[in-house]
Amino acid sequence: MSIIKISDDALARAGGADALAAAFEKKGHEVHRTSSWGMQWLEPLVEIEGKGFGPATLEDVDAILDGSSDKAIGVIADHPFIKDQQRLTFARAGKTRPLSLEDYEATGGWTGLKRARQIGPEQIVEEVTESGLRGRGGAGFPTGIKWKTVLGAQAEQKYIVCNADEGDSATFADRMVMEGDPYALIEGMAIAGEAVGATQGYIYLRSEYPDAIRKLNEALKLCASIIAPFQCEVRVGAGAYVCGEETSLLNSLEGKRGEVRAKPPLPALEGFLGRPTVVNNVLSLAAVPHILKEGGAKQYADFGMGRSKGTMPVQLAGNIKHGGLYEVAFGISLGELVNEIGGGTASGRPVKAVQVGGPLGAYIHPDQFDIPFDYEAFAAADALIGHAGVTVFDDTADMGSMARFAMEFCAVESCGKCTPCRIGSVRGQEIIDRIREGRSSGVARERDSVEMAPQMHNTTKNAARSVEEEITLLADLCETMKFGSLCALGGFTPYPVTSALKHWPEDFTDNTEAVAKALEAAK
Amino acid sequence: MSTQEQKIGEIIAEHHAKEGPLLPILHDAQAEFGCIDVEAEAIIAKGLNLSRAEVHGVVSFYHDFKPAADPRPVVQVCRAEACKARGVEAIIGDAENAAGERVKIETVYCLGLCSSGPAARTGDDLHIRLDSKSITKLVEEA
Repeated sequence: MSIIKISDDALARAGGADALAAAFEKKGHEVHRTSSWGMQWLEPLVEIEGKGFGPATLEDVDAILDGSSDKAIGVIADHPFIKDQQRLTFARAGKTRPLSLEDYEATGGWTGLKRARQIGPEQIVEEVTESGLRGRGGAGFPTGIKWKTVLGAQAEQKYIVCNADEGDSATFADRMVMEGDPYALIEGMAIAGEAVGATQGYIYLRSEYPDAIRKLNEALKLCASIIAPFQCEVRVGAGAYVCGEETSLLNSLEGKRGEVRAKPPLPALEGFLGRPTVVNNVLSLAAVPHILKEGGAKQYADFGMGRSKGTMPVQLAGNIKHGGLYEVAFGISLGELVNEIGGGTASGRPVKAVQVGGPLGAYIHPDQFDIPFDYEAFAAADALIGHAGVTVFDDTADMGSMARFAMEFCAVESCGKCTPCRIGSVRGQEIIDRIREGRSSGVARERDSVEMAPQMHNTTKNAARSVEEEITLLADLCETMKFGSLCALGGFTPYPVTSALKHWPEDFTDNTEAVAKALEAAK
Repeated sequence: MSTQEQKIGEIIAEHHAKEGPLLPILHDAQAEFGCIDVEAEAIIAKGLNLSRAEVHGVVSFYHDFKPAADPRPVVQVCRAEACKARGVEAIIGDAENAAGERVKIETVYCLGLCSSGPAARTGDDLHIRLDSKSITKLVEEA
């Protein structure tokens, strides 16, 4: 009997993959629990001799086995969603058993580490620099330069810290690497250790990912002798979004409140416990084993455009027909990703907005769908790629309430260190509420007696605050948050707010001219 | 010595040698007692040679640590952008109605199942593609 492959990825399991696997086993078949192909709308996906069936339920088991199932999607590797991808980081996705050392080695595992040990620290850093790899966590800082700084630092103990606090909505690529190809991440960390002279690694993993925690812990046990003398440990976060910011992550790892630290000093020089520390995202580290293979750096650099080299695992999420993981070279347009690859909305309604880069990313209007996926092109359009999560909204979305949610999220998750973020986000919610409440009357609120008092010289004494005044105030507040916050949480929350205000003013107020005027004045 | 003191002592002993042992200790204590109360904070502070203020500062910073135990079963529902785009706000009322006083509905921001929301978590089990009917069932069976 042929082997049946069913993913044990968290999403497949949430969709009933465990029961499905048990059902096939009960019928006498051998079931391999592999990683996920990333075609999440088809999960749980059943694979028999390369052919796929999904999304499968227990009722489909017999039909799948006798070949009559209407869930058949043909040969998986030829599926348009898979065929056109350039999978480097996700080369093993769907193919190997995540915890099988045998599968990992058979697919080129550990060759990067072995080669790294032969060529030595300077050459490793050189090749990573040459590959053009930039931090995949959001900021896009060149990985090679970071490593070089740590390599050059003098200290008795250095650290490799993997930032696996993937808190952005619409991102799940880190989770898929950790659950589907944990050894690739561990190998990347061991190579980083080799490069900078660090023998201890920590993976700071969010508590919302129970499957990833379990798998990484098992994987670390199984490969301990291979990565030795490098050691690595999983540390579990405690539900704070801001700990995805590298300095607050380091504080959290040390057992402190996850408050952001001012930079400098850079973590590369004074990081975990004040010692030189490489802090890299899961995707950056998981890309490293490929780069360190013979000729890997050049091959990696050949993908992409401009200064954005290599591939980006794009995550298609939200109201999208074909959601999942799409690894592709930089340069693809947003419209292509959403409409062609993603197939438009799941609801079948027109696309209204797309948010790229998680809760701190700008809302992008379909008019801008020609922007290429490239760090610089996005920055020029006042947007950010971030961790490359793409959330699609259909025309039922109320962008006014999404803008309010951006402020609410910032208020809930702010670490409290910077006033514009801690208090500005609360005031931001209130202002947006007032604008929306006064949408037809044009009056945001009546002035109170204190404002009307003659001693209050800086308030105008007309009876009510107009919506226009409130929008000006909101634009001003956004400006303050943007430039007055240490980290991206307070600094980037204005992006979703102002972009929503700019593109969909009608979701805030009937007086859309006032919005345009206020935004123009704030420039 | 109370059982709480003894148990926390064991937890501290297990993690004491780690670099930055506080979070692992708090996680284990939270799992053991369902909360980190004032007494637990004091014991942990003493064990790590910290002030209770320092420990309280950390406990109160993180959403995962609770000051008092809540015996109710918990259903965590994701209400971040991607799940909002897939309609979680339209079904959250059903979850709350089904929950009543018996079940606690908690908001989380992102379970990493963003293409297949609305998503929820009970214990270590995850749930996707929830609608009004399935979220009601999930809460009722919690």
